[in-house]
Amino acid sequence: MAHSATDTHADHDHHGPAKGFIRRWVMATNHKDIGTMYLVFAGIMFFIGGAMAMVIRAELFKPGLQFLDPQLFNSMTTMHALFMIFGGVMPAWVGLANWMIPMQVGAPDMALPRLNNFSFWILPFAFLLLISTLFVPGGSPAGGWTLYPPLSVQGGDSLPMAIFAIHMMGISSILGSINVIVTLMNMRAPGVTLLRMPLFCWTWLITAYLLILVMPVLAGAVTMLLTDHFFGTTFFSASGGGDPVLFQHVFWFFGHPEVYILILPAFGVVSEVIPTFSRKPLFGFESMVYATASIGFLSFIVWAHHMFTVGMPLAGQMFFMLTTMLIAVPTGVKVFNWSATMWKGSISFEPPMLFAIAFLFLFTIGGFSGLMLAMVPADFQYQDTYFVVAHFHYVLVPGSIFSIIAGIYYWLPKWSGHMYNMKLAKWHFWLSAIFVNVLFFPQHFLGLAGMPRRIPDYSTQFSDWNAVSSIGAFGFGLSQLLFPIAIWQCVRGGVQATDRVWEGAHGLEWELPSPAPYHSWGTPPSLEVINRGSVH
Amino acid sequence: MLRKSGLTGALLAAMTVFAAPAHAEWALNMTKGVTELSGEIYSLHMTIFWWCVAIGIFVFGWMILSLVKYRKSQGAVPDTTMVHSTKAEIIWTVLPVLILIVMAVPAARTLIKLEDASNTELTIRVTAYQWKWQYEYMDSGVTFFSSLSRESDAARQLDSGIDPASVPHYLLSVDNPLVVPVGKKVRLLLTSQDVIHAWWVPALAIKKDAIPGFINEMWFQILPDKAGIYRGQCAELCGRDHGFMPIVVDARSPADFAAWIAQHKTPTSN
Repeated sequence: MAHSATDTHADHDHHGPAKGFIRRWVMATNHKDIGTMYLVFAGIMFFIGGAMAMVIRAELFKPGLQFLDPQLFNSMTTMHALFMIFGGVMPAWVGLANWMIPMQVGAPDMALPRLNNFSFWILPFAFLLLISTLFVPGGSPAGGWTLYPPLSVQGGDSLPMAIFAIHMMGISSILGSINVIVTLMNMRAPGVTLLRMPLFCWTWLITAYLLILVMPVLAGAVTMLLTDHFFGTTFFSASGGGDPVLFQHVFWFFGHPEVYILILPAFGVVSEVIPTFSRKPLFGFESMVYATASIGFLSFIVWAHHMFTVGMPLAGQMFFMLTTMLIAVPTGVKVFNWSATMWKGSISFEPPMLFAIAFLFLFTIGGFSGLMLAMVPADFQYQDTYFVVAHFHYVLVPGSIFSIIAGIYYWLPKWSGHMYNMKLAKWHFWLSAIFVNVLFFPQHFLGLAGMPRRIPDYSTQFSDWNAVSSIGAFGFGLSQLLFPIAIWQCVRGGVQATDRVWEGAHGLEWELPSPAPYHSWGTPPSLEVINRGSVH
Repeated sequence: MLRKSGLTGALLAAMTVFAAPAHAEWALNMTKGVTELSGEIYSLHMTIFWWCVAIGIFVFGWMILSLVKYRKSQGAVPDTTMVHSTKAEIIWTVLPVLILIVMAVPAARTLIKLEDASNTELTIRVTAYQWKWQYEYMDSGVTFFSSLSRESDAARQLDSGIDPASVPHYLLSVDNPLVVPVGKKVRLLLTSQDVIHAWWVPALAIKKDAIPGFINEMWFQILPDKAGIYRGQCAELCGRDHGFMPIVVDARSPADFAAWIAQHKTPTSN
């Protein structure tokens, strides 16, 4: 397939990867190299956070304390969340954005390459600082990832370290978001109008705005914790006229948009994968864009549904109940659009599609439990139980993480130039899909039967489902080891991938050769190429 | 005919399973509880659950049908013109809104009742500490601490060698339970001396945070025929021993309750 990009690639041979580790990686400015570093970093964080989850599930395998002091158990739950959210899911999305956004909008690179380098290289230092808290006196933060005072300020030396690490992660996210917004606004090839951008770019654009709006709020909240602890302020202490609940309001004003930051790019990936393997354009493209924007907006007015038990006035509870229920509408529109995309399609079941289908079913289950949690009177029974744990793991694991895996299996041949081992990837899928349910579904039952979350030991009536859940956890954790093996094999070699890779793939990235040239689109794609690549 | 009865049987079995008490092992669902409102909350929970099941049958059914019917391996040819339908989009926006309204009405109604703490007959101040509860009967002055029972405390130590199954109500028993009368509207005033805790007894279907420096209010009224022991736990992460500060409510007849108060009143209090 002859096209302009190939010619450009030849012209720019001397602009290939720099030699040497430091010049290629430490001083990286290429969007693909930085994207790779983000993804590798996220992978390492997933396995560290996953190892912590295994420790948690091992302790919870049967009643009685077998391995951990309760304080260390609390550290594990806290660090597991911080590593998975800020180290795993968020960097993985930035990595995918780095790889795909320039290729999808017809740009040679991200708009701000040095900023890109900086935003990545902050992260390893932030997480080194965070993980080193495991070795300071008093141990790592153990007050939950939500850092509620006064409990969080009881922490020892780990508190300022964790807060500084969070500041660094926040700066990294904001810089990354600025880069995404500037790239999407200024680097689109002529002819790629806003409404011709693929949904992955759209969902990332909205995610980037959410990030810029809320990361400073988190920074403010944790800075107030810091001054409360070290400089005698009393923002969150009633003894000085403050209010511990104020922290929760500020935190969740960040925290609720944050959960959409974790899931919106997932909607983007699924909206690309399902049409490809259904061989049919996405149903209702524009309504998908509007639904994403509505979810983004609603995410700012529902925050107090995380804290219905703090004792809010009736009117406040009503407001947050109704706005929360409203989220079901745009989310429903999305699920219906994906289903309509498959309807009357011609569906095949390659690994990315399998993960996207699992996303559809299991994310919807997470949505149902979310709807149940919105009912305030019932929420009084669910709040802070394993029902909530089941809910957010359903939306985060088969939601966000399955979509990250789907995205990687979808685009990996384009990146490496090779097809991967389909059989291995399908094993990875089936083991993940089965064990994720063994792991998390019983947690609904545990919560409804009355088991609180964040406890290292439990009454014997909860033994059975906890044992099942732990078995699911070990199975799920072990199955994930197949993923790096599949990726490593694919990077090293394999059947040469075609440019289109997948029969039904549409979009500018598939108009580039496989592997994609180092500087994606040296000259912008012609209108003809854009029209051929356009999915709608 | 046989198939139909099989289906009914399966449905009945499913319903029995959902009605199973929480203290049974392999428990799947919450219980109806022992107050009028806990019963209402249970039905609210079940109503939403069945709505979700109904929507799930429709949505998953649609997806499964597509996955079966439109497989490429079965020679399915894609209809690439099917990209938009204003009619369908209006339907699947409006219909969920209507379902949400139907669900919001009973939820709002129950919520209003829950928040009505007027005309209570007994007030107990609950103060949370790391990691125990203090109860103070405001009218009679009876006051005491309630912490994890000794047997559970010994068994829960790291590598204690004691089998938790051998301890009655492991981690859910206390030295001094909260004694309350059935049939009376009891008000709890919650506060904390250190960090945020949450007081939760599933059978009473109430949960609220105990916040240092602030007082929260909640109430319950146990049905007159529901005297008994009800167990719960702290529900808000409160530090190292968060998992080890249970709550036990001992609900007695008003006469037995009055006798208990008389017995525990110190001579100095009136």
